[in-house]
Amino acid sequence: MFNDFSRRSLLKAGAAGLATGIMPRIARAQSSRVIRAVMHAPLRATDPLINTAWTGRNHGLNIYDTLFSTDSKFQIRPQMVEAYEVSADKLTYTFKLRSGLKFHDGAPVTSADVIPSLQRWAKRDTMGSRMMSFIAELKPVDERTFQLVLKSPYGQVLPTLAKPSSIMPFIMPARLAAQAPDQPVTEFVGSGPFRFIASEFRPGNRAVYERNADYVSRDEPSDGLAGGKIVKIDRYEWISMPDFQTAANALVNKEIDFLEAAPHDILPSLAAAKDVVVADYNPLGFMSVCRMNWQSEPFNRPEIRQAVMYASDQTDWLDAQVGNPEYYQTSAAMFGVTTPLGSEVGWNTKSDVARAKDLLKKGGYKGEKVVMLQATDSPLLSGSSTVTAQKLRAIGMNVEVQTMDWGSLLARRVKQDSTANGGWSITHWVTTTTELMNPLANTLLDTRGKAGGFFGWPEDTEIEGLRNTFALEPSADAQKAVAEAIQKRAYDVMTHIPGGQFRQPVSHSKALKNIVRAPAPLFWNVEKTA
Amino acid sequence: MAIAGVLLKRSVSVVPVLAVVALIAFLLLRFSSGDPVAQLAGDNADPAAIAAIRARLGLDQPLPVQFLQWLWRLLQGDLGISIVSNQPVLTLIGQRVGPTLAVSLTTIIFSVLVGVPIGVLAAWRRGGWLDRFAMWTSVTGFAVPTFAIGYFWIYLLSMQLGLFPVQGYASLSQGVGLFLWHLALPTLTLSLVYVALIARVARTSLLEVLNEDFVRTARAKGLPERIVVFKHALRNAAVPIVSIVGIGVALLIGGVVVTESVFNLPGLGRLTVDSVLARDYPVIQGIIMVFGGAYVAINLLVDISYTFFDPRISAQ
Repeated sequence: MFNDFSRRSLLKAGAAGLATGIMPRIARAQSSRVIRAVMHAPLRATDPLINTAWTGRNHGLNIYDTLFSTDSKFQIRPQMVEAYEVSADKLTYTFKLRSGLKFHDGAPVTSADVIPSLQRWAKRDTMGSRMMSFIAELKPVDERTFQLVLKSPYGQVLPTLAKPSSIMPFIMPARLAAQAPDQPVTEFVGSGPFRFIASEFRPGNRAVYERNADYVSRDEPSDGLAGGKIVKIDRYEWISMPDFQTAANALVNKEIDFLEAAPHDILPSLAAAKDVVVADYNPLGFMSVCRMNWQSEPFNRPEIRQAVMYASDQTDWLDAQVGNPEYYQTSAAMFGVTTPLGSEVGWNTKSDVARAKDLLKKGGYKGEKVVMLQATDSPLLSGSSTVTAQKLRAIGMNVEVQTMDWGSLLARRVKQDSTANGGWSITHWVTTTTELMNPLANTLLDTRGKAGGFFGWPEDTEIEGLRNTFALEPSADAQKAVAEAIQKRAYDVMTHIPGGQFRQPVSHSKALKNIVRAPAPLFWNVEKTA
Repeated sequence: MAIAGVLLKRSVSVVPVLAVVALIAFLLLRFSSGDPVAQLAGDNADPAAIAAIRARLGLDQPLPVQFLQWLWRLLQGDLGISIVSNQPVLTLIGQRVGPTLAVSLTTIIFSVLVGVPIGVLAAWRRGGWLDRFAMWTSVTGFAVPTFAIGYFWIYLLSMQLGLFPVQGYASLSQGVGLFLWHLALPTLTLSLVYVALIARVARTSLLEVLNEDFVRTARAKGLPERIVVFKHALRNAAVPIVSIVGIGVALLIGGVVVTESVFNLPGLGRLTVDSVLARDYPVIQGIIMVFGGAYVAINLLVDISYTFFDPRISAQ
């Protein structure tokens, strides 16, 4: 043993000497003013209104700012706005921008920039378009003041302007906001805490941001997406690494500082590494979802949809997806477990096979083929599908699993055809809790059917009525009661089956301090010690 | 025929080859599953928004119209604009070609420098321990998957000994030392199979030549074995070796995807995979055309090199 140790030490010492010799000007310890981060996916499309994925939102949070933000306690707080007033009849909102706000090109942020930015965003976002349908007029008052005049009272003005996830109402210069909403902007000028370095952008490989020295931060601590945004580094590099094992090795080897989404099975080895911290800064986490297609046999019948729920068990799904119970939690909540509207009404998250078989019989199931779309890109996407297929077969359903990559699944799931013509019956995926916590933003509860609803196309006038009631209701207590009624009804008609909530800790160098707890990875406030 | 004539004839024959490549690339993508518009539109898009994006991208046009429009732009040297990143395809390829070219060149140079001597020595000492060791190494090179070799080098040379970085790429403009330091592990990883391939072909080819009459004559003249093998036999055995090196280069350009992923090299292989997953038609078509052109050019170079090693070919 002693000899082995000596040989190894000698080898390492020799290698270290060799390494020192052959590594010209290579700083193994990186600059304390640069953060190199490997995120869950690379940035490819840079317009946050066009790129509706989380990458688009994260990119937008760096370079743009919003009028309002949501803090860690779900409170809505002014961000670019200095002060606002609501008229007694609750029809006129008057907003005043903070002084000194500047875009990265040096131009001041004015009301004339805010209004077209909101108009362009509202054409892309469901909450935004719903709010716009209540607006009679959106007009500038002076350079820093603008008014939003409603046709009738609407309880969701501020929650809409403070929307915490895709698609967020980022403010751009008017000349960029004039771009058609379905065409990407080609210049990336915001007023956010970081500047985007377009010359160093390599789509799918690397995006670089530098500190915006002109950013006027709020004089208050960072709190969720709200509060002060003081940047304490010079530069942040968003690096893509397609192989997470390579990224984990790079973190241990101090070649990167931050790894957003290491697979759960790698986390224990990262936690054991000497200079690495594994920690969870996203208190809301993620939720997996099982969605059935209301427009095709056999899931056009409510009994058959409910049979799937009673055949299912969230623990089995989460074990297949995440594996480690430390990182997941079963819950019936459709709006998130720990959010203000969180409720456990509707399902105990356990299977009841006898009831499932009974419902199948009541629904008149006659062996119609169930086409399951399964994305195999990661265990988070594929694990629950495998479990569901087996559960459905166990209650006597005829399941055909069609495996594909996520890109193919996205293309298939918009098809409203029958399964014989390329359509589908059931699928699973994962979303952030932030996107589900408001009944208006929660697209899974869009029950307008084929006319414009979310794929799966559930149709239910009662839920739509409740969503409208929620939109108009100003009281938080009343909103919670309406949200609970929506959830109960959604379980009755089975819009979708929540798959439980899980956490995705990040892994980072011990040199990083003061990372903000928020539903998205943020790099303001973060310090990097030498 | 003079080399200029060979070049002209082969250059003309390239045109129909590339035309067929263009047609197949276009049709394969259009008939494969997936839809870039569905990905671009996002989760909240209604059918009208999807239709608007499809129209903006020209994907609502009949296939022959789309093909002819693309072909017309291609003939003008315009590979189009990426559907996803909204950047010119030529720019994207230009940004990614460096790492792929670099790792391909270092791999092929290393493989030739190591593989040919191993093959020659194995043939020269046929049946000896060197021959057996070379062939054992060669079989191992073929048998072990590239990613496994990559992870082995990372574990040993990066994580344990700290000699090389785990990942990343440095361009030549950042310094030759840094450039080679980052390419060392990818090159070692990719080379194993090519060293094996070249060594086997060199050995077989040389063994055949060593049994020919002119070699016996050379030996009978009393030439030293070193001259017989390296000057007379090796040159005559060169054509199959050059062929396999040429094929190797062509395979490398398209086959570095795994290595680029394991070592995080931002090359064309990764751009290809990303574009396929995102159904970014213009980028995929552009890459296929570039790869197609590269294959044709390499084959041309290999053909020309035959005339250097075997003058009888140019005389035909």
